[in-house]
Amino acid sequence: MELLVTTLTIFVLAIFVGFEVITKVPPTLHTPLMSGSNAISGITLVGAVLSSGTQHTTLTTVLGFVAVVFATINVVGGFLVTNRMLSMFKRK
Amino acid sequence: MPPVVINLSYLVASVLFIMGLKGMSHPRTAVRGNTLGATGMLIAIVVTLLDRSIISYEVIFAGLVLGSAIGAVMAIRVQMTAMPQMVALLNGFGGGASVLVAGAALVEVGVAGGGYQTQMTVATSLSALIGGVTFFGSLVAFGKLQDLITGNAVVFPGQHLLNALVALGAVGLAVGVVLRPESMEIYWALVAVAAVLGVLATIGIGGADMPVVISLLNSYSGLAASATGFVLQNNMLIIAGSLVGASGIILTQIMCKAMNRSLANVLFGGLGAVATTSAKADDVYAGKVKSASPDEIAILLDSARRVVFVPGYGMAVSQAQHAVRSLAQLLESKGAEVIFAVHPVAGRMPGHMNVLLAEADVPYEALLEMDVVNPMFPQTDVAIVIGANDVVNPVARTDPKSPIAGMPILDVDKARTVVVIKRSLSPGFAGIPNPLFAAENTLMYFSDGQKAVNDLIAAVKEAS
Repeated sequence: MELLVTTLTIFVLAIFVGFEVITKVPPTLHTPLMSGSNAISGITLVGAVLSSGTQHTTLTTVLGFVAVVFATINVVGGFLVTNRMLSMFKRK
Repeated sequence: MPPVVINLSYLVASVLFIMGLKGMSHPRTAVRGNTLGATGMLIAIVVTLLDRSIISYEVIFAGLVLGSAIGAVMAIRVQMTAMPQMVALLNGFGGGASVLVAGAALVEVGVAGGGYQTQMTVATSLSALIGGVTFFGSLVAFGKLQDLITGNAVVFPGQHLLNALVALGAVGLAVGVVLRPESMEIYWALVAVAAVLGVLATIGIGGADMPVVISLLNSYSGLAASATGFVLQNNMLIIAGSLVGASGIILTQIMCKAMNRSLANVLFGGLGAVATTSAKADDVYAGKVKSASPDEIAILLDSARRVVFVPGYGMAVSQAQHAVRSLAQLLESKGAEVIFAVHPVAGRMPGHMNVLLAEADVPYEALLEMDVVNPMFPQTDVAIVIGANDVVNPVARTDPKSPIAGMPILDVDKARTVVVIKRSLSPGFAGIPNPLFAAENTLMYFSDGQKAVNDLIAAVKEAS
């Protein structure tokens, strides 16, 4: 129970940090914000790596593998495309 | 590597994510911000790979290589006009990964001999539900944006009842997972029902409401990652997920406000499904619409001091952004002040127009937000509307019964002359006629966007 309270605290505080930071993003950058934050949500990759690497059962390894593929597409695709967009916004 | 080092590295990664998002507050610092975020991700992954519970790397690396290849190809090849589809797809993959990781975690606890903790099972339930809705909802959104399925809102009798029943079933199964975590069948049934829910919830939403849907799915993909963080007791997942969740919620709010509609109305309204006022179009347009040739418009542009471009989704469809930039530069070289007015919901995702214009080398300083540009229209000589309709419809200000009543619009009708580049008088997404097209000071230029602008460029060059 105590652990749950600690993790909940982190969750709620992080949401507030998110609100504070994101409200300062200008509308012109909303598309790269979405793709960039999307790449960050690919953080599930960390969990996917553990599931596929610990190899408890064949099922978890398969689930882990597909999860690694999905999350890596999310991370690599997200950061790359965001970088591509943002470099267009740089003053020429 | 000892757990304390791993957890400290996760803390560093979390801080880098926050700093990365902070960098997004200005175009100058945004590239660096993105790099910071990517660095945080790299640290998190490398540290995780060193975790001592990993006994084999083949599967991991196969997955990483395959995923990286697909992601990189997508990111490099995607057209800027197709960015909404791309983001929809990425949202979906994030949600899908959460479902799979949570499922694997549930299997692992079972294999280890039970000992399910309530916090873990509740979080697993939520991962399956949110992740499932995100994955399949995103696939539908992708299909709509890519024109694989109809972009219109799909509505049928009893839709709300069906949605409610499916949602209820999902909640029931979610409780089932918590009560009987050892039966994986319940978990997969929950994922299946979440899939149906995701499809049903998205299929009833029409094309122009896509900015809201994509923002919402963006938020869900973050919340799914957070839920997975609760499953794995991993603070970094919780932090990163909630940052993204918050970001998506903020964008959703901004989009809803820009349409003067509540989130519930967007999700359940089915706007654009029925053209209720098609008969009235004749009354609005009859005998009042003035069509103009490129040469006539060129004469106007030749003497204009201030020209405002109002881009909409139609500009993206006809890939006219480069032509528009060329015309803008031509006018600037003749001494005119050129401004781009961007409505928050122009296009199919937040900031869609800005990215297209940035791709065409329009400096971001020339892109003005609605609140800034609206007071400038009375001192504008020519406003050129290209591919936009509902966001410049004055009915939003005048008719309280209209479906777009109260929606903040760009006041182009207050400009001295309005040029509307459009293929026909067909209505926009809201399905209503636009009196702007019949206004005294409006000239219609019926043509494909890109061709129209190129013809205008030629005409302006000739006129001078």
